Amino acid sequence: MAGKAARFGMRALGSGGTALPGLIAERMQPNALGQLAAGLSSVALITGTNGKTTTAAMLARILRTDGRAVVHNRAGSNLMRGVTAAMIDAASPIGRLPNETNAVLEADEAALPAIAAAAPPSVAVFTNLMRDQLDRYGEIESIALRWADALSKFPPHTTIALNVDDPLIASLSRHWPGQSLSFGIEDPDIPPAPPGEIVDAVWDPQTDEDFRYSRRYFAQLGRWHTAGGTQRPRPDIAAEHIAASSEGTSFTLRTPQTSADIALPAEGLYSVYNALAAAASATALGVSLETIRAGLGSHQAAFGRQEEVLVQGRRVRVLLGKNPSGMNQALRTLQHPGERHHLLVLLNDGIADGTDVSWIWDVDWESQAEHCESLTVGGRRAADMALRLEYAGLPAPCQPIANDIGTALRTALDAVPDAGQLVVLPTYTAMLDVRQRLGHLGASRLWDVA
Amino acid sequence: MSSADRPSLNVAVLYPDLLNLYGDRGNARTLEQRCAARSIEANVIGVGIGDDWSSEEADIVLVGGGQDREQRRVQADLQQRGEDLRKYVDNDGVVLAVCGGFQLFGHHYRGWDGEIMEGIGVFDAVATHPGPRIARCVGNVIALWEGETVVGFENHGGRTYLNEGQQALADVVSGFGNNGGDGLEGAKVKNAYGTYLHGAVLPKNPRLADRLISLAMVRRYGPEEANLAPLDDSAALRAHAEALHAALSAGESSLGRRFA
Ligand SMILES: [Zn+2]
Repeated sequence: MAGKAARFGMRALGSGGTALPGLIAERMQPNALGQLAAGLSSVALITGTNGKTTTAAMLARILRTDGRAVVHNRAGSNLMRGVTAAMIDAASPIGRLPNETNAVLEADEAALPAIAAAAPPSVAVFTNLMRDQLDRYGEIESIALRWADALSKFPPHTTIALNVDDPLIASLSRHWPGQSLSFGIEDPDIPPAPPGEIVDAVWDPQTDEDFRYSRRYFAQLGRWHTAGGTQRPRPDIAAEHIAASSEGTSFTLRTPQTSADIALPAEGLYSVYNALAAAASATALGVSLETIRAGLGSHQAAFGRQEEVLVQGRRVRVLLGKNPSGMNQALRTLQHPGERHHLLVLLNDGIADGTDVSWIWDVDWESQAEHCESLTVGGRRAADMALRLEYAGLPAPCQPIANDIGTALRTALDAVPDAGQLVVLPTYTAMLDVRQRLGHLGASRLWDVA
Repeated sequence: MSSADRPSLNVAVLYPDLLNLYGDRGNARTLEQRCAARSIEANVIGVGIGDDWSSEEADIVLVGGGQDREQRRVQADLQQRGEDLRKYVDNDGVVLAVCGGFQLFGHHYRGWDGEIMEGIGVFDAVATHPGPRIARCVGNVIALWEGETVVGFENHGGRTYLNEGQQALADVVSGFGNNGGDGLEGAKVKNAYGTYLHGAVLPKNPRLADRLISLAMVRRYGPEEANLAPLDDSAALRAHAEALHAALSAGESSLGRRFA
């Protein structure tokens, strides 16, 4: 197993993807995924703009805690090839998966229809729908149409799990006559979203009515209704009494039958949504609440998502941010009163990041001005990022360090005192790059793939 | 300055919660801070659907881009304001209209399904979507404006064609510009500027930002206010250079959309 893990790890760190075997299999055998999927006990598909990777990691852990064998595309390799590669990696040389294997597959929002056609889901969870890499995906309306199309082809026994705090996700139930489970936050004390925050969907495209809110948490998520009387449904699975704790976040998880207190080792409301998405999928797969509680309690940060490692006596925390809502949520975890951070912001413009970096102007970097102790900026569009942060009133980042994330990382680390913490905010390919360099610097506890 | 008071400019952002797709709020922020650095007070206000507002209150009008559905949403309200805004431009009012806003400030936009979205005709131009199977114009852009480079990112399905006599804003060096065919980018009528460039466009192109401020100052306070104090633009110019490099090195636009 160790040899296999190392091989997997090298691919993950080296090339920024785990899709190569999948590509080969696709060329040789176009229906490779379909054939591999045919022998599975269950398939959970996780899709949506933000939270897929962490939700998948949480669900995989819950299922393993339940004693189930799991195959999982965990490097965020979520196109057809990446999913196929994960299955091949788990399969024996004759191309068969061990008996009773459960697949936990994060599916890129645009690739969902193809992946669902090849690996028909037992449960499909939809996390949220937000603007993301517009040069790649186009408008969110076109994603919603793809999803409606995918739903029309799901097998009838599929359960769909919907985040009903997102009105765009809640409306997917119109396209699904089968089983569904809803999830959301039920806590009157959640602070409202900061004024001026970008919201991607302000009205219902089907009824043309504005979304109104008794409380909006972030982006278009919250307790919404419309003038015509459409209301956020009461969720089947809910998080109540949410509180920050020293370990992360605590909340009460309520299901239709019972409830349990969860100690989630992750910060921020977006982590609670990921936990709810995982809990809803696990419930649909017949896992008990006690096992869900244990699984969520032992969650470990996925690849670059709130991941923390130790380098040269300093703690380094990596918070991936690839679109306005995701980055705003990451930044919100850095706004504890009186706290100041050493920041390394890395902006790349590769295909996987989005070649358009305009979105950085829609992120509330201004919120960091009073929480920033030192600032280093790197990545291929470091100068663009530095300009944005200057406008946001952050302390002068000195020179942006383009094209060399290694130098940017060393410069940032030099600004951090012994035993201090560096917060890294990278886009996707910058995250792959900086993790590799952290590995070379001897980072301990780097996300392990065993 | 005729008045002892601190000079001020009113910046109106049209439909800020609907036409805000590509970082266009960066334009308002840039005007605000570049004014502040010259002790000019910029009052930025948002104008939403149904709001009681007239261009008499404005020195600079900004309008950004949205998805088709959002452009459809503002269309009727914008029509109501059409006469007022045309008069404002006639009276040398300053406008920056980006992407979808640029299209709506032309005569009309014809969607791929043939549906016509009426514009307000500030620019003598029409936009047409060539059809759902034709790739969008996506990528980094370099254009020449008054002998200088302007940089930004474009992402539009519709192609804009300027009618005879309508002046373009700039000439395309790299990228698609108005339609990928005639080498023209944007449009200019008096002090109204239309462009497909976002990114946002003003932060990385400080001379364009200052042009808008200068025009507004002259209109409000007289010709002696044309010259603005120079600022330290090193961060902006580094970002400008980086965007030039991105446009020249990648050839990204030819890749088009991965999921077209
Ligand atoms: Zn645009």
